[in-house]
Amino acid sequence: MTIQEKAKSVIDEFAIFDDWMDKYSYLIELGKELPLIDEKHKNQTYLISGCQSRVWLHAEENNGKIIFTADSDAVITKGIISLLIRVLSGSSPAKIIAADFSFLDEIGLKAHLSPTRANGLVSMIKQMKLYARALQLKSNR
Amino acid sequence: MAFPVTQIRSDFPILSQKVNNKPLVYFDNAATTQKPLAVINRISDYYKTENSNVHRGNHYLSQIASDHFENARKYVAGFINATSEKEIIFTKGTTDSINLVASTIAEWVKPNDNIIITAMEHHSNLVPWQQLCIKQKANLKVVPIDYDGNLDMDAMKKMITPSTKLLAVTHISNVLGTINPIKEIVNIAHKHGVPVLVDGAQALAHISVDVNNLDCDFYTFSAHKAYGPMGMGVLYGKSVWLEQLPPYQYGGEMIKNVTFEKTTFNNIPYKYEAGTPDVAGALGLETALNYIKKIGINNIREYEDQLLAYATEKITEIDGVRIVGKAKDKTAVLSFVINGIHPYDLGTLLDQMGVAVRTGTHCAQPLMEYFGVSGTIRTSFGLYNTQQEVDVFIDALKKAVNMLS
Ligand SMILES: Cc1ncc(COP(=O)(O)O)c(C=O)c1O
Repeated sequence: MTIQEKAKSVIDEFAIFDDWMDKYSYLIELGKELPLIDEKHKNQTYLISGCQSRVWLHAEENNGKIIFTADSDAVITKGIISLLIRVLSGSSPAKIIAADFSFLDEIGLKAHLSPTRANGLVSMIKQMKLYARALQLKSNR
Repeated sequence: MAFPVTQIRSDFPILSQKVNNKPLVYFDNAATTQKPLAVINRISDYYKTENSNVHRGNHYLSQIASDHFENARKYVAGFINATSEKEIIFTKGTTDSINLVASTIAEWVKPNDNIIITAMEHHSNLVPWQQLCIKQKANLKVVPIDYDGNLDMDAMKKMITPSTKLLAVTHISNVLGTINPIKEIVNIAHKHGVPVLVDGAQALAHISVDVNNLDCDFYTFSAHKAYGPMGMGVLYGKSVWLEQLPPYQYGGEMIKNVTFEKTTFNNIPYKYEAGTPDVAGALGLETALNYIKKIGINNIREYEDQLLAYATEKITEIDGVRIVGKAKDKTAVLSFVINGIHPYDLGTLLDQMGVAVRTGTHCAQPLMEYFGVSGTIRTSFGLYNTQQEVDVFIDALKKAVNMLS
């Protein structure tokens, strides 16, 4: 699936929720699933700092595709992370660099991506794109 | 007489708003309070009918604006019982006031001198002193607190030495709600000849403030935390200090005579007010303080204490709640954590239910570390909050906890 297709599937999935409680309960459920990151990567190196909720992000390359794993100590943040990872992980650097996040807007979670929210999501996305860019530069050389 | 909260609520237009389709419950008053119509109108009237630069023109409007601006200064002086309006300097807020003092006393501080603060200071009353100490190779000493959030007064007494240049302490903690015994602290410090700066950011809207009675050397606050406008604040300083300290910033307004070779500076308070001041802000502040005065600060205190007691009692019914800050003398602030639940998650869900609270470190990271938490949820009350809102909040909290556990 392309990034667009995956984003569309998230939007469809959220379309069934007609009140905020169902939506957030679902996010919390997603957030409570097993750690999205290998415990050994949940350390200072992968910590995205300066945030109200802490976020850890790990990235690695597999056959020209980037595999992201991440975690957070706040469960709603983690739920949103799991959506972001579902949409972005497994794509090529070029696709990740070009990706937009309007799907979060469509499911009514855009406010969580505000830089003033300090939940680490904005820095996480920045970090994901930086990683993709670095990988692209490396393979172009 | 019952506290006229219904009447008061109707004075605050923002409170009738809906947030996320729910009636707004605004419990983030320690961050900033809402503004009554009187304040909003005062600012708007100023720009509609009085706007002019102050102290400069001899034309009609300039005269009016200057008079009103100076009357505001007198009003503030009266409100906090300063000896003279010369001791009232208009600033941008508490942070600005504290930086003004930290910059101008820099020359007092020599290598190995020390400045004393407390463990419950807001970053605004911590970082300026820390940086001053680093620059002057002096030591920053921190008075510890106990686990309930009371200052360790014995430790404080022992910390004061002949090399102590200043003691800076908050009147009320923005995280714990603790009301510190300022009068006693000033007494102790003055016995050693040490001046005291009080951070009154959280005090003005909640308890009566009398600088003459407290006998503190400097007192700072922000208008926006006392129903006034943002970007306006006050530094009260005893004139003995203000006369001898150097200016803070240089420019227009703060001068008497200027040649290319030298400048003689204006008298206090103008010496510390370089540039065009926030006239509308000063008028808005005056109106806000007048609003508080009309209701009566002691009535407000009593009402908010009841709200706090009610909220404290209700919240302890929830499993796993730990209240952060249980000082004997506290007001208007209830900080807490819930076992196994991240404050950010709670704040997010409360927001969905129309309840505005603050989550995080509240600009007091060292304090969070002391209590062993990464952050708290803080509810802070104002004169327009009600028991019914506390009930809405408690219900919302129970719902959120349910969803998260
Ligand atoms: C105790 C205390 N001191 C200082 C400040 C800083 O005030 P301002 O941001 O208005 O300068 C605050 C505001 O949060 C506070 O609560």
